Amino acid sequence: MSALSCCNNSAPFRFWNSSIGKKIIVALTGIILVGYLAGHLVGNLLIFQGEHAFNEYAHFLQTMLHGYGVWIARIVLLGTLVLHVVATIQLTLANRIARNIQYQCPDTVTATVSSRMMIWSGSTILAFIVFHILHYTVRVSPTLAELGENNPHAMVITGFSNVLVSLFYIVAISLLCSHLSHGVGSIFQTLGLRSHKTALAIDLLSRAYALAIWLGFISIPVAIMVFGFGK
Amino acid sequence: MLNSNIPSGPIEQKWTKHKFESKLINPANKRKYKIIVVGSGLAGGSAASTLAELGYQVSCFCYQDSPRRAHSIAAQGGINAAKNYRNDGDSVQRLFYDTVKGGDFRSREANVYRLAEVSNAIIDQATAQGVPFAREYGGLLDNRSFGGAQVSRTFYARGQTGQQLLIGVYQSLAKEISRGGVTMHSRTEMLDLVTVDGHAKGIVVRDMVTGEISSHAADAVILATGGYGNAFFLSTNAMGCNVMAAFRAHKRGACFANPCYTQIHPTCIPVSGEYQSKLTLMSESLRNDGRIWVPKNAADCGKKPSDIPEEDRDYYLERKYPAFGNLAPRDIASRAAKEACDDGRGIGPSGLGVYLDFRDPIARLGEDTIRARYGNLFQMYEKITGENPYTSPMRIYPAVHYTMGGLWVDYNLMSNLPGLHVLGEANFSDHGANRLGASALMQGLADGYFVIPATIAPYLASQTPGSVTTDAPEFKKVEEEVRERVGQLIDITGSRTVDSFHRELGHLLWDKCGMARDKAGLKEALKLIPKIREQFWKDVRIPGSGNNVNAELEKAGRVADFLEFAELLCHDAHDREESCGGHFRSEHQFTDKSPEVKAGKTQPGEAKRNDEKFSYVAAWEFKGVGKKPKLHKEALKYEAVKQAIRSYA
Amino acid sequence: MANLNLTLKVWRQLNADDHGRIETYEAKNIPNEASFLEMLDIVNERILVDGGEPIHFDHDCREGICGMCSLTINGIPHGKDKGVTVCQLHMRSFKDGDTIWIEPFRSRVFPILRDLMVDRTAFDRIIEAGGYIDIRTGAAQDANNLPVEKDKAEAAFEAAACIGCAACVAACKNSSAMLFVSAKAAHLNYLPQGAPEKQKRTLAMVRQMDAEGFGNCTNQYECEAVCPKEISADNIAKLNRDYVISSAKEAVG
Repeated sequence: MSALSCCNNSAPFRFWNSSIGKKIIVALTGIILVGYLAGHLVGNLLIFQGEHAFNEYAHFLQTMLHGYGVWIARIVLLGTLVLHVVATIQLTLANRIARNIQYQCPDTVTATVSSRMMIWSGSTILAFIVFHILHYTVRVSPTLAELGENNPHAMVITGFSNVLVSLFYIVAISLLCSHLSHGVGSIFQTLGLRSHKTALAIDLLSRAYALAIWLGFISIPVAIMVFGFGK
Repeated sequence: MLNSNIPSGPIEQKWTKHKFESKLINPANKRKYKIIVVGSGLAGGSAASTLAELGYQVSCFCYQDSPRRAHSIAAQGGINAAKNYRNDGDSVQRLFYDTVKGGDFRSREANVYRLAEVSNAIIDQATAQGVPFAREYGGLLDNRSFGGAQVSRTFYARGQTGQQLLIGVYQSLAKEISRGGVTMHSRTEMLDLVTVDGHAKGIVVRDMVTGEISSHAADAVILATGGYGNAFFLSTNAMGCNVMAAFRAHKRGACFANPCYTQIHPTCIPVSGEYQSKLTLMSESLRNDGRIWVPKNAADCGKKPSDIPEEDRDYYLERKYPAFGNLAPRDIASRAAKEACDDGRGIGPSGLGVYLDFRDPIARLGEDTIRARYGNLFQMYEKITGENPYTSPMRIYPAVHYTMGGLWVDYNLMSNLPGLHVLGEANFSDHGANRLGASALMQGLADGYFVIPATIAPYLASQTPGSVTTDAPEFKKVEEEVRERVGQLIDITGSRTVDSFHRELGHLLWDKCGMARDKAGLKEALKLIPKIREQFWKDVRIPGSGNNVNAELEKAGRVADFLEFAELLCHDAHDREESCGGHFRSEHQFTDKSPEVKAGKTQPGEAKRNDEKFSYVAAWEFKGVGKKPKLHKEALKYEAVKQAIRSYA
Repeated sequence: MANLNLTLKVWRQLNADDHGRIETYEAKNIPNEASFLEMLDIVNERILVDGGEPIHFDHDCREGICGMCSLTINGIPHGKDKGVTVCQLHMRSFKDGDTIWIEPFRSRVFPILRDLMVDRTAFDRIIEAGGYIDIRTGAAQDANNLPVEKDKAEAAFEAAACIGCAACVAACKNSSAMLFVSAKAAHLNYLPQGAPEKQKRTLAMVRQMDAEGFGNCTNQYECEAVCPKEISADNIAKLNRDYVISSAKEAVG
């Protein structure tokens, strides 16, 4: 009992258990994930530089810091993602409980559609991430596994040649765009860095970033599917 | 019967001397005393928190869902203090004099001096609590001038001074609630006072959610339950404001003083229809810049104001009172508006309205300056009327606002019932026949923060703490009476709504005992009120039960008391055969023939006091429903100021 | 000056234990200039005359300052007009033939007392937790001994304009009380008088808010949009900031 209450009163525990503390965690992990997305996108776009550049890049990722680099990144990202997901699910459950009876005639004044479906866009993205890792990192498909070892560029082209894969990818990236359009701006507010003077700029930044991420990621399957890139 | 307990000695030394000579209670003993405070506005809230700070056990009651909502919150303009931060010649003496003069020489000198004396400490206290008063660029407090004063002594927080001061009080109360010094009972209405051996020792209340009726005992009871303006149905008071607590105390033996002094505020939004539930005040700070006028010719009243040329406008306040102009005291400004409308020159759909025009100040100072000063008031006006006051003048008309009368109290703020203390608008003491602008907040806070904490001790010191509990038979008896009355109201099951009776009473009072009164009208009102009351007890309809939230039942209890109180109001107005401040008897006014008018001391139509016969406080003792109350007089002696014709010319 | 005929869909519930339901009323011949609450008065008067029990709703000052009135109209607390409480909302904002849904301020933290009346004492408990400056009556220095920068004083005033009506909670999709708590904290945290207790106050108020069971802010700004006093969500950003700093200070100091 005393050990538990000591733990309950510890600063990190209290912070995590407070509404603002947990949101701060969501915002901080959000920054890491948003930053990761930018890096991931830049790397992916190397595919348009040609096979050599892309495979070089893939090789670099696998071998940086004597091969530890990729694992450090994976662990950090996984930890970040777990915190982000657990915190937001807990917050959402608490929110549902707080409004136990809904309005019979609900209305919304200013909240965006994106902001209202964060939990759904987020969980779809989570499902996609699982699929995406199985698809391109773990490579459950023997064909892709073989390609991945020798020619990641070809693996990507082959992977996206599957219509269902590409469609799921496009849907997930679109929801990611929606998630970011609210999430990026939210980071500023949650960290106390937004004011009515900067609100418009932050809102624009948020949407612009989401759009850039969407265009960037979508460009690859669209190029492959529609324009026959790499075939 | 009435001993005002005014300390002897020069007026500047009375308060200090009195505090020194009053008994104190040892800090260790204070916690043994229980004090009940009814009302959580500026007076009640500040008293409750300050008494708890001193160590007393305080229980505080309010009918609202939170103490932060008491109607003090609606005061817009400001709060006076004799700081003289403006170096414009202000002093305690001047604030004192202005208040006595503004009250038309019908207030108690010693109380008013004390009020002026503690006014500065209120500003210090509120500022330390974080009340965000307006400031200048140097970071120091800003002031403005306000109705009836020639100095700028009013501190303000935009148009929200009341709300900001009340939040300060509420936060201080919250601090004491969390510390355990105050037990708060919100959504709880006092239905009666309990006296034991002639001393006020408790109250009977109704929980407005569960309907439970219960008793609370204490060593002293403080009422800070506001005024009775809602007797008129339409007023600037909140819908829930009522006279019940004070009137119950009156029925239990406390004298009610000067009920006929009712203040009609000159700048309210005119009535627009029969369905109207309340009147909205526009802060009289608007009169600092706005100019009041009506057309010179009745024929122009239907025209658009912008189509009426300058030479056809009558800026009647500036014309009649050149020294004070649009800043003339409230009673004078209100009556002048009534005269203009009676003259057929009123504007707006009902003909009961005058213009308050910002065309000239906007031209002189620019729209931005006016917006910075009054933006929220303009916005409020536009929201209510749908008209834009930046482009067309506001329409205003007087409305019942504040009541100077109240339960009689001595210098210690104790009524003639020992143990019953009365603070703020609920007492009668400081404003005489008329209250100056920005003085209500000052009085409420003075009473609660600085006066009662010192003056309650002498009474408590004479009592054994905890000597009376709710087990006393007196409590059982009053509780039984209260239950009976609630049951009686529900059992009438008549056909008319409570509001319909309230509206009928209100119309009658406004007609016969409103801005101007005369003997015949008051006599008629005194005949009609008992009839309405009789009808009420026969035919009111209250659905539902007493064991629930029941708004109709709450209203019915209050209206039942207004129906008895209204008679007291009219008796007082009838007996006071003079005009003074908020009490204007048409028979008693200066005319062209009066020597004072000929000597240029005043104008025809001004209120004519009769100092020889009426320099007294009329304190009425209850003698039974429908029976004429008994008059007790407390003579008003003026030592520090000389009674003069109140002239604002 | 036309009069309106309206259909009202009103939430009726006898007490906290009752199951509420929507009931329909015809509001005929309502004057344009009447306020929304006066419209309800008229409807209630007719219900009473017909032998029914009137629709209960909280109200008091009817001039937009006491914060007592608390109706959600067509899904929006205080109705769609900006910067007004429902007592200041006027019927000229509606059209003849409109159907108007009237519901209470919804939150698990605000149990319904009757019909449209809710219990908002959670707000009082948040203030009691630390929403004050601990100063004894009589202990204050001269008010002008402590100059306050005008913009700080203005910011404090803007936050202090909150009337505690709880529309923010009612409008928030998550029933979060962040706008209220942040405004109350910011009022005192902006001022030098409030500085000594800033850390204690911030932590205590947020903890009480959490203990009451309000939801969490997801930065949708519905609160700001419906606030009758137009309190800014900048206060929420400030509270987040102050909370992080206060937590850090508490953890290490």
